[in-house]
Amino acid sequence: MRGFLLNRLSQSLVLLLIVSVIGFVVLNLIPGGPLAQFGLDPSMTQDDLNRLKEQLGLNRPLWIQYMDWAWRLVQGDWGHSFRDGAPVLDVIGRHLVATLLLMGSSTVIAIAIGTWIGIRGATHRYSVFDYLATVGAMVALSIPTFWFGLVGIYVFSLRLGWLPAGNMYTIGDGSALNYLHHLIMPSIVLALVHVAIWSRYMRTATLDVISQEFVKTARAKGLSERRILMKHVVGNALLPMITLAGMQLPSVLTGALVTETVFTWPGMGRLFLDSLGYSDYPVVMGLLMFSAILVVLCNLIADIVVAIIDPRIRLS
Amino acid sequence: MTAIVANSRQERWWNSRTAHRFMNHHLALLGMVMIAVLTLACVLGPYLLPYDSLYIDLRARFAPPFTGHHYLGTDPLGRDLAARLFMAGRVSLLVGFSAMLLSTLIGTLVGVLAGYRGGWIGTTLMRTVDGFLSFPSIFLVLALAAALKPSPMMITVVIAATSWMEVARIVEAEVRSLREREFVQAGRMLGLSGTHIMFREILPNAMGPIIVAATLTVARAILMEAYISFLGYGIQPPLPSWGNMLNGAQQYLGSAPWLAIIPGAAITIAVTSFNFIGDGLRDALDVRGDHT
Repeated sequence: MRGFLLNRLSQSLVLLLIVSVIGFVVLNLIPGGPLAQFGLDPSMTQDDLNRLKEQLGLNRPLWIQYMDWAWRLVQGDWGHSFRDGAPVLDVIGRHLVATLLLMGSSTVIAIAIGTWIGIRGATHRYSVFDYLATVGAMVALSIPTFWFGLVGIYVFSLRLGWLPAGNMYTIGDGSALNYLHHLIMPSIVLALVHVAIWSRYMRTATLDVISQEFVKTARAKGLSERRILMKHVVGNALLPMITLAGMQLPSVLTGALVTETVFTWPGMGRLFLDSLGYSDYPVVMGLLMFSAILVVLCNLIADIVVAIIDPRIRLS
Repeated sequence: MTAIVANSRQERWWNSRTAHRFMNHHLALLGMVMIAVLTLACVLGPYLLPYDSLYIDLRARFAPPFTGHHYLGTDPLGRDLAARLFMAGRVSLLVGFSAMLLSTLIGTLVGVLAGYRGGWIGTTLMRTVDGFLSFPSIFLVLALAAALKPSPMMITVVIAATSWMEVARIVEAEVRSLREREFVQAGRMLGLSGTHIMFREILPNAMGPIIVAATLTVARAILMEAYISFLGYGIQPPLPSWGNMLNGAQQYLGSAPWLAIIPGAAITIAVTSFNFIGDGLRDALDVRGDHT
């Protein structure tokens, strides 16, 4: 286990290094560099810009700038927002909970429904249900998330009036029920794509397990199909799904950005777009790096969890 | 120079069995037909309609679909929605297709190099692929699109720059498994150059997975263009795209829902079709895959 942990940890560190290089390159691709925002200010002369460049060390060789930037990143100094001067990490922290709430609830929905569809598709292979689930998954993967959200708003908010069309809560009403009411539609919209992906993978994983010897043994012992499924198949089939959950995180974050925009949900995605609109590059860069670090860490955690559950992996 | 294709799948591709399997894949056929119809409509449509996609007519604002002279209604500036939909389709399909070509090219080059050379070159390249995959793609695309000049060409490049990783992974795995096969060793024995072996001997044998991945990449590129144009950082008006037609449609959702529903349906149909075709190709070319 120790060797496995060290191995995975060093891999993640290398990955973080590469991620930071990519982020730094993107930052420097922006015309005008990190000072782009101030270049448009009429009260800034070229002399001022040159002086600022000198002060901020932007005229040093790129690799020294990178070392400096990365070192400050490690220390938690992510710069300050151009908009209100607040530290970038504080700004992200203020929007983190809303995003986690949305992502968490939609992941629960996706796992619950996707697992059920996947198992049923595998046990009733080539049935009408299986066929519809396969086609449905492909269509679900093709629907633009924002459009699904707009259609949802049109039907359930504007026509039927059942669900709110946006925001996280009604002002003046902060009850848990009110939050939940606002959460329903965005989390279902965000979950759609992942129900599709999850059900496909779950179907494959279940079929893999069903064809194994120990399932035959269980049948030979005379266990009921239901018992075999619940006790022997599902648990084993869910194991690779932990890895999948980690791998799906970038696409969940992409979906969250779009969903938050449509439903005016005050999360990281909306913060990202607002910051882009204001050319608030420290926050944009901060979110870019923050999301990538989150992805690397979650994949690491997923791998460790799988290794704890499954001795075959940590011993090989 | 004669290429050694004894083991090649190349001659098997277009034989009757593969073609037969593809033709028997009903969804793939449906996808082909839908793409053909959409492409034809987008190419010919603007010539057949009496309205120009940019012609503004404030007296005819917000005309609902299927009434009067505007078949699909009009937008807030009174522009004909059908004409705009077809013009937008040209842009969206072209961007999706070009982004696919570019990203498949990048992905194949990286994958072949990493898979064939292996060693520290391969490790570095594949770790870079992992690094790119750690970013939520839309964050990268938006950051780049906002920073660069948003022309259709630039949008294509930005989408391609963030969607080549899947192809690279597939090609790398394929090339790595082919690297030690007899026909490659024979090529080395004959003194063929590394470039020749990589691109003339190995690559043709890895075409199946590449074609499947490329088809699915078109679907993803069209979706990505729609996302960033919807968010206002993609194709810029007055040039219409399916994505930017939806930009601003949300505020008219109550009074003119067709502004949102029609372009979104076009995106869904196009993307679904490419996904269907990709699925059919995977079955026909016998590519094992875990995606969908």
